[in-house]
Amino acid sequence: MRGTRLGDRLLHIYTWIIIVWLSSPIAVMILFGFNDKQSKSNTSWQGFTLRWYAELFDIPDLTVALRNSLVVAAASTVITVVIGTMLGLALGRHRFRGQGLTNFLVFAALSTPELVMGASLLSLFVSGNVPRDATTIIISHVLFSLSFVVVTVRARIVTLDPSLEEAARDLGATAWGTFRQVTLPSIMPGVLAGAMLSFALSIDDYVVTSFVNGSTVTFPLWIVGAVKTGIPPQVNVMGTLIFGVGVLIAVGNAVAARRRR
Amino acid sequence: MAELNAIELEDVVKEYVTHGEVVQAVKGVTLDIAEGEFFSLLGPSGCGKTTTMRMIAGFEPPTKGLVRLHGQDVTNVPPNKRDVNMVFQSYALFPHMSVWDNVAFGLKQRRTPQEEIRRRVGEMLEIVDLTGRERRRPREMSGGQQQRVALARALVNRPRALLLDEPLGALDLKLRQAMQIELKRIQREVGITFVYVTHDQNEALTMSDRIAVMNDGLVEQLAGPREVYERPATAFVAGFIGTSNLLAGAAKGGVLEIGGGRVLVPGRDGNVTVTVRPEKIVIGTEEPGPDLSAVRGTVAEVAYLGTYNSYAVSLADKAEITVFQQNANDATVTAERGDSVWLSWQAQHSYVMES
Repeated sequence: MRGTRLGDRLLHIYTWIIIVWLSSPIAVMILFGFNDKQSKSNTSWQGFTLRWYAELFDIPDLTVALRNSLVVAAASTVITVVIGTMLGLALGRHRFRGQGLTNFLVFAALSTPELVMGASLLSLFVSGNVPRDATTIIISHVLFSLSFVVVTVRARIVTLDPSLEEAARDLGATAWGTFRQVTLPSIMPGVLAGAMLSFALSIDDYVVTSFVNGSTVTFPLWIVGAVKTGIPPQVNVMGTLIFGVGVLIAVGNAVAARRRR
Repeated sequence: MAELNAIELEDVVKEYVTHGEVVQAVKGVTLDIAEGEFFSLLGPSGCGKTTTMRMIAGFEPPTKGLVRLHGQDVTNVPPNKRDVNMVFQSYALFPHMSVWDNVAFGLKQRRTPQEEIRRRVGEMLEIVDLTGRERRRPREMSGGQQQRVALARALVNRPRALLLDEPLGALDLKLRQAMQIELKRIQREVGITFVYVTHDQNEALTMSDRIAVMNDGLVEQLAGPREVYERPATAFVAGFIGTSNLLAGAAKGGVLEIGGGRVLVPGRDGNVTVTVRPEKIVIGTEEPGPDLSAVRGTVAEVAYLGTYNSYAVSLADKAEITVFQQNANDATVTAERGDSVWLSWQAQHSYVMES
């Protein structure tokens, strides 16, 4: 009994160490969004203030960069989810010519180093005479997040009883009606997981974006550029807000999942 | 005007290509299923019964042949435009919908007015005894309840025919027997043609008006339960349905000499196979009269099974014959292991096939 109690205690302590370790960067980020800093750098605690929340949009370049990032993330997520869901459905449900190759490419896109992907995308755009701007960023983000949606949707569809769709057809639903009323609701958890992943991958991507951005600046690019001159606390505030939205979605998802059960 | 059949299959063939090889799942099936009939497709797995049903439902286009519903050629009509509904082996209930929404699904697709949907779904749930469980999700229900939801979801559309693909396969024995009776009751109540796919001979015999026994992509026999059991058309049917004894040999002048006795096969000459049901055979110690088929053997095994005894009797030529003897009263003559006995049966209980 005593041995078990000791083991439980150790596990308890270990768990807390992990939690602290994982959350300390986030805590620091949130904390320094409230730092009443006087000097140029925002690295030592100088007192509490809500000033940076009030002056959130006072740095025009940063505001533009954040807006660019949100637009790119939203657009690339929508495109990725549509294409990725179709691809995941096809790979999970049907047998077709070129399926093996498609499966391989999905995996290859997952495992390609970002630097390689960024560099080769840049060569591709340059040699194709494509001007680099928000559009090329979106295209690139779709490319590297597509595989995540494909994998999550495919995993969902292979566990889905094919007779569900047959039953819908049998009961008079058209092909589209079957997809809308039966297939899509059944794979929705996979689609949403893929969507959240691709939004998260897009909004903080630096490496690939830095190759294909042209003169468009995104949130991560702006921050890296500001490192030398000192990162303003507004960055912390924006980071905190993005994190907060993420937490809200995660909590909402958990609540919805519990209600579904 | 003659009444139209609910379902007609005309020389229907289904071929699949797997690994570059053509496989015939159904090799030419012709069937007429009458309006209001309880019709079973019975056979072992892989005999083509499910494929045949899926061609009626419209999930598989036939390679050759015609499918008619109520006289209308529907061979190339997609499943959502066919007036038949199916109960799937896995039930295929929509997990994200309530029982009510599952049952209302078909009517909604047809844009039935709300008021009528409410009335018909309510009535149907009453027929399958699920009133009060409308808001449940399928996974919150027992297997038997899910089965009844699946039935209601199909029947509420008032299809020309209801197709059932081994619908009781996932239930335990007690529940299965209860559902067999339940299905018959519902069929009588709604008066719809039922086409029932099963590999369970008892189920087919209990419930069907007619049975098509299928094997290897072909219908071996198409008849009522009694005839399929009493007069099997082929050795396969005899072996698949119930227990049968097969005796083979060369007949001469209407008599097959076998096992120290004779089997009467009037009017036959040459190689024949004779089928006899175990319960038709009488076991005794005296040599029976010449008007009976009779063979001699030694009792190899006796099993007491409550309502009857089962004997395994070895003939002189090593063939083994199974005999069922009803335990009608205490006076029933019983034989012991090792006894030498006569087995006899009336000529009409021999089913003779060319072999």
